[in-house]
Amino acid sequence: MTKQVEQLDQVIIRFAGDSGDGMQLTGDRFTQETAAFGNDLSTLPNFPAEIRAPAGTLPGVSSFQLHFADHDILTPGDAPDVLVAMNPAALRANVNDLEPGATVIVDTHDFTARNLGRAGYATSPLEDGSLGAYDVHPVDLTNMTVEAIKEFELTRKDAERAKNMFALGLLCWLYGRPTEGTEQFLGTKFARVPNIRDANMAAFRAGWNFGETTEDFAVSYQIKPAAMASGTYRNISGNLALSYGLVAASVQSGLPLFLGAYPITPASDILHELSKHKRFGVTTFQAEDEIAGIGAALGASFGGALGVTTTSGPGIALKSETIGLAVTLELPLVIVDVQRGGPSTGLPTKTEQADLLQAMFGRNGEAPVAIVAPRSPADCFDAALEAVRIAITYRTPVMLLSDGYLANGSEPWQLPDIDALPVIDPRFATQPNHDGADGVGHFWPYLRDPETLARPWAIPGTPGLEHRIGGLEKADGHGNISYDPRNHDLMVRTRKAKIDRIADTVEPVFVEDPGSRARVLALGWGSTYGSIGAACRRLRERGLDIAQAHLRHLNPFPSNLGEVLSRYDRVVLPEMNLGQLAMLLRATYLVDVVGYNQVRGVPFSVAELEAAFTTIVEEVSR
Amino acid sequence: MTIEPMSGLQLVPRADEPTTRKDFSSDQEVRWCPGCGDYIVLAAVQSFLPSLGLRRENVVFISGIGCSSRFPYYLDTYGMHSIHGRAPAIATGLATSRPDLSVFVVTGDGDALSIGGNHLIHAMRRNVNLTILLFNNRIYGLTKGQYSPTSELGKITKSTPMGSLDKPFNPVSLALGAEASFVARTLDSDRAHLIEVLQAAADHRGTSFVEIYQNCPIFNDGAFDMLRDKDESEARLIRLRHGEPVQVGDREWVHDIHDPDPSRAFEISRIDDGSMTKVPVGIFRSVQRPTYDDLVRAQVETARTDDPEPDLASLIAGSDTWTI
Repeated sequence: MTKQVEQLDQVIIRFAGDSGDGMQLTGDRFTQETAAFGNDLSTLPNFPAEIRAPAGTLPGVSSFQLHFADHDILTPGDAPDVLVAMNPAALRANVNDLEPGATVIVDTHDFTARNLGRAGYATSPLEDGSLGAYDVHPVDLTNMTVEAIKEFELTRKDAERAKNMFALGLLCWLYGRPTEGTEQFLGTKFARVPNIRDANMAAFRAGWNFGETTEDFAVSYQIKPAAMASGTYRNISGNLALSYGLVAASVQSGLPLFLGAYPITPASDILHELSKHKRFGVTTFQAEDEIAGIGAALGASFGGALGVTTTSGPGIALKSETIGLAVTLELPLVIVDVQRGGPSTGLPTKTEQADLLQAMFGRNGEAPVAIVAPRSPADCFDAALEAVRIAITYRTPVMLLSDGYLANGSEPWQLPDIDALPVIDPRFATQPNHDGADGVGHFWPYLRDPETLARPWAIPGTPGLEHRIGGLEKADGHGNISYDPRNHDLMVRTRKAKIDRIADTVEPVFVEDPGSRARVLALGWGSTYGSIGAACRRLRERGLDIAQAHLRHLNPFPSNLGEVLSRYDRVVLPEMNLGQLAMLLRATYLVDVVGYNQVRGVPFSVAELEAAFTTIVEEVSR
Repeated sequence: MTIEPMSGLQLVPRADEPTTRKDFSSDQEVRWCPGCGDYIVLAAVQSFLPSLGLRRENVVFISGIGCSSRFPYYLDTYGMHSIHGRAPAIATGLATSRPDLSVFVVTGDGDALSIGGNHLIHAMRRNVNLTILLFNNRIYGLTKGQYSPTSELGKITKSTPMGSLDKPFNPVSLALGAEASFVARTLDSDRAHLIEVLQAAADHRGTSFVEIYQNCPIFNDGAFDMLRDKDESEARLIRLRHGEPVQVGDREWVHDIHDPDPSRAFEISRIDDGSMTKVPVGIFRSVQRPTYDDLVRAQVETARTDDPEPDLASLIAGSDTWTI
């Protein structure tokens, strides 16, 4: 039977199942095949904080959404076109996100009275007509998997576990994905257990063949490769890109990387990743707590290493005192905050942008730090390099504000030219910098570079530059303890001025306004870039004018930001918080920024931003 | 992975010429209260440091918060006066990334045992190559006289007008329980003993924990008088000597600081029931075991030996790329 092939320009698929069903792996594999095929893509994993919540229950549902297209896309997509639900709970937890007409592929095996009850269904949705709006394909994936691999004589439990590969095979057929990558992957992953390897391979092929032969799927789809700039690409998640950015910064500065960290979701993967790269001179220290993590990083910085600590919001709260110490010691330090839903333990696996004011102000005294935020998973690489550049050049702690969506989301990344990466010169002090009255050269640790206001960084082991630094206020210049009121005022202002001067070496904010007629500016920071950009495109496609700008630097702001804001009749600022950047902009520039805010733990949908922007653009043009 | 036993100072560059006490004294005016035991310890440290024969620029003192933590300002070495309780954590990062430094931590009973208890025990458990000097005056001095985690039960202080209610730590027992590889106790008033213990501590590879009984003349004056008084101290002090007999209750054995089993050292630490009727001083334990920082560096070295010229481009490219 030759099946019909239909062309599509984009598809959004969501795989959903129990936490133990391997949905993240299935999504990852489909993503790799899609990347290799040449589509542009963006992914959004979504999983519970519990490792294995009771099977079949709503809290245990884990999902992975993938948006891929024949053109350049910016987000993991709003409503899935296809939902793959491995049990009743997965169906129930996700079905409300679907638009009418969406395809639903359901593993019917677990649609028993008991499991329907666990998911909160009184009757089976497959039979009661409640899924009438969708194109439903009920398939007993589990039994077909078990049948397909019975020659390998696995236990029933092990056999059932291969059902995710069956589902993957089916979806790969449905969307014309290549299969070699997954076969290779299974070969490597299960190299030591040949019958598990062969069973998974067989399940994967059986899923593909089922699509090919069943009459249930009459059509398969083709999504042509996207026209992307020429170059070599890989798919990358934010935490991985951030880890690589730190390794690259270590290479580019010649400083050994020292990571002090305590495990915390969703930042732990950076610790895991960096611990694999000792050959680059990377030291990872799993500390006894968050405070020791940053303390050790600061100690390593004092010794001339590139000190980095990684955490999420609750960890920042614990590290705050040490960040303040780093502010007054004026030592380079990078603090990575992979933001998650708060306050307190909050929503550990969900995304949020509500740590901005904590990063900005969450310390005692006037304790300014530089703040940098990546805008997409791949951009975490560049943002990490930029954070290190600022930290080393200005001898200051820098906050790198990623978030849960960036951390686990992924997208294609055009590999950078290593030779073109910035070189970061640590410029260690090696000589006395002040002639004393005694005619002898002295080292003054707080005698600053007149341009950057950075102080000299003299590391232990450098003869003649022995000095003491500490948390007590220091006299300008020689750095000895000083309680002088005017000196304290001067030092507080100087530390602030030093951070402000970072703006001298920061790119001006870029505004995208294709028609140059826009009267409304959509501004953002961090991971909202994709949703805001996609919404702006939709407005423009409908003939509405809107400009977009996105901030990488949150402290200091780029020097042209005030001028840019003043050019527009209205500035709209979507944030996954209750208006934190908006508050800073209002205070800094007296601009009546309009916030658009949600804290649902998931990225903005493009549709909601499109609606919000449309309302504002129409208001302004009235 | 095996690492040969070595001195705590083996990787630290030696001075070309002998140094003097003056070389180690900073130009800063010392600001402790008159009569403070910290003066005696400072003088002892300044005079014992030259005997280590190290380059001054390779010696670092890290402190926390409290009276004793002002210590680094008065030594002309590299130093950091950090934040309350965190000095062992900061020193761990420094010592792990710089094998060429001799790193000292100066702390007090509040700093080390109260707010910083967690970092202290984990530094000792890991056996980071540090020398920790815990100045124990059994009181909070810099905050003006509240009881500390080593104050005796029932202590009347500003914050405990009816007497303190929480049982104090025995710092030596605590250190032994936390797997410390070198544990000693000495007194500010016995300069010769102090210097002897400090030298052994600095020379030990791993975390050396030294409790120094130190008098606070303002808020807890005379806390150790019974151990300083010539006549009385002889009856109270048990001077531990490796290879010499030690009496514990009705038992006696030959004190072996290298005994891999810490049980006997712990028993000795319990001789003082808190009343100071009998107080063991000297080295309780000094055993060789791999240090955390040496092991960390060995792992990095192994990785570098296996791949001496790692390629950043191939790292970030990974195994799944495609070209357009």
